[in-house]
Amino acid sequence: MPQAERGSLAPFAALGSAFTGFIGELGALTIFFLDSLRLVFAGWGQFPKVVRQIYFIGVQSISVIALIGGFAGMVMGMQLYFALAIFGADGFLGAGVGLSMVRELAPVLTAIMLTGRAGSAMTAEIGVMRISEQIDALNIMDINPVRYLVAPKMAASIISFPILTAFFNLIAISGGWLTGVKLLGANEGVYWSRVQDSLNWSDIEGGFIKSLVFACLVCTICCFEGYFTHTRKGHVGPEGVSQSTTTAVVKSCVIILASDYVLTSLLW
Amino acid sequence: MAKAPGIRLENLSVGYGGIPVASGLDLTMPGGKVTVVVGGSGCGKSTLIKHILRLHEPIEGAIYIGGHNVHSLSGKAARCMKQQMGVLFQDGALLGSLTIFDNLALPLREHTRLKENNIREIIDHKLKLVGLSGSEEKYPTELSGGMRKRAGLARALVMDPQVLFCDEPTSGLDPILSAELDHLLLDMMAHFDMTMVVVSHDLASMRAIADHVVVLGDGRSLFQGTVEELDASEDEYLRRFLDRLPEERDTPRLTMPPIGVDMFKDDCSKLLDLQHDD
Repeated sequence: MPQAERGSLAPFAALGSAFTGFIGELGALTIFFLDSLRLVFAGWGQFPKVVRQIYFIGVQSISVIALIGGFAGMVMGMQLYFALAIFGADGFLGAGVGLSMVRELAPVLTAIMLTGRAGSAMTAEIGVMRISEQIDALNIMDINPVRYLVAPKMAASIISFPILTAFFNLIAISGGWLTGVKLLGANEGVYWSRVQDSLNWSDIEGGFIKSLVFACLVCTICCFEGYFTHTRKGHVGPEGVSQSTTTAVVKSCVIILASDYVLTSLLW
Repeated sequence: MAKAPGIRLENLSVGYGGIPVASGLDLTMPGGKVTVVVGGSGCGKSTLIKHILRLHEPIEGAIYIGGHNVHSLSGKAARCMKQQMGVLFQDGALLGSLTIFDNLALPLREHTRLKENNIREIIDHKLKLVGLSGSEEKYPTELSGGMRKRAGLARALVMDPQVLFCDEPTSGLDPILSAELDHLLLDMMAHFDMTMVVVSHDLASMRAIADHVVVLGDGRSLFQGTVEELDASEDEYLRRFLDRLPEERDTPRLTMPPIGVDMFKDDCSKLLDLQHDD
């Protein structure tokens, strides 16, 4: 092929290469996710590891979730009160806070916070194990590294994310009550009755489904980036692990928000 | 007792992503003996071991252990083959989140139905063999480099493998610790009926432990035979390798650069006057 023609086709070649690369990574991620999900049920030996991971992902995240949930609810209560008061509709404060938290903010903010706190740690832990040959050692001992390392994290994420989302809801709605009712003077009885009346089972179910999907996405992306940290081009060793950790957090946050849009469209 | 299996490589090409690091390898590593694979940095020694261990697929050729083509085994046979192999990694590769005891217990808990008291007995015995009794409850980060290697060796031996691979066992150790580790490996050979493959560029260690030597270089196998045969070799590369002679290059000797860095460090000489002591 002549030089000039090659030059004019170069952007298409780059686009094609990026696209096939993307499809390849998507396929690898799907296989990785299905494999880890299947291996969650690989015998009772997994149970203690799952409990340890629930402690790390779930229990140790309670304080940060409480803090974020509290402030998110307080801000939401304040902003909605001011906006609704203009129209004399401050009685709907409870409905606004309840619906926005249960449907959107609680699953999304919980998932983003857990990506930062637990997801990055998953990537770093698995990445360090990769570069220090610990994953090779597991392979050679005929211990499936995905079963040993990833599956317990997957199980713990699936259990912890919805529980922490529910906890976030509780704290955030209470935060909205604190600012809206206690500080700004909205009616307490109306606030709680609006929260109760406006929330249907489908809202709670939708938020629950979202948190389950986010758990799978965050855990898969974070573990995948750590597991294949050695295949990164140009970044090896500790630098590769730090790059993988950054990539995992960024990808997870973007995918949480993108999939939130898709899920919202499908669920309601 | 079963005889320790030998390893045979037939026209093997190893590498990553289809790019060979070493090719055309036709080698034999005799059963029940210590084979030391030596060669310059980046010649493919560790890559070869990783291919024998099935961590990577060879580009071409076959690897036979005890007459079985390692890469054509599947299912339970492949798992059984893995369980016959132990590996001492360069830095031990112990799981950082587990104690030494749990590191050693891991393969036993995963692959056997032994009771905890039997597991403890086995581990006590292995740790005693490598001189690490009393370190059971320590974490790998609490051990020195030499101790980590010995713990790694104990873990490699815990399933009584028939083939033991050691990747640069003496790297990063001082000469005394290196010699101790060499003795330990020889003790293990005397204790267990197994084949040992050691990857190293430590010539003193090679002379201490090798029954059989393989030299890799220039992307191929340059020599295989005994230490005596290696010493008698007239091959130019082997002589340079054994006599630690640097390769002659066309590049000129270093000369002083036209601009030194000293002139940019003007403040330092005023603040700190370093004296010349004889």
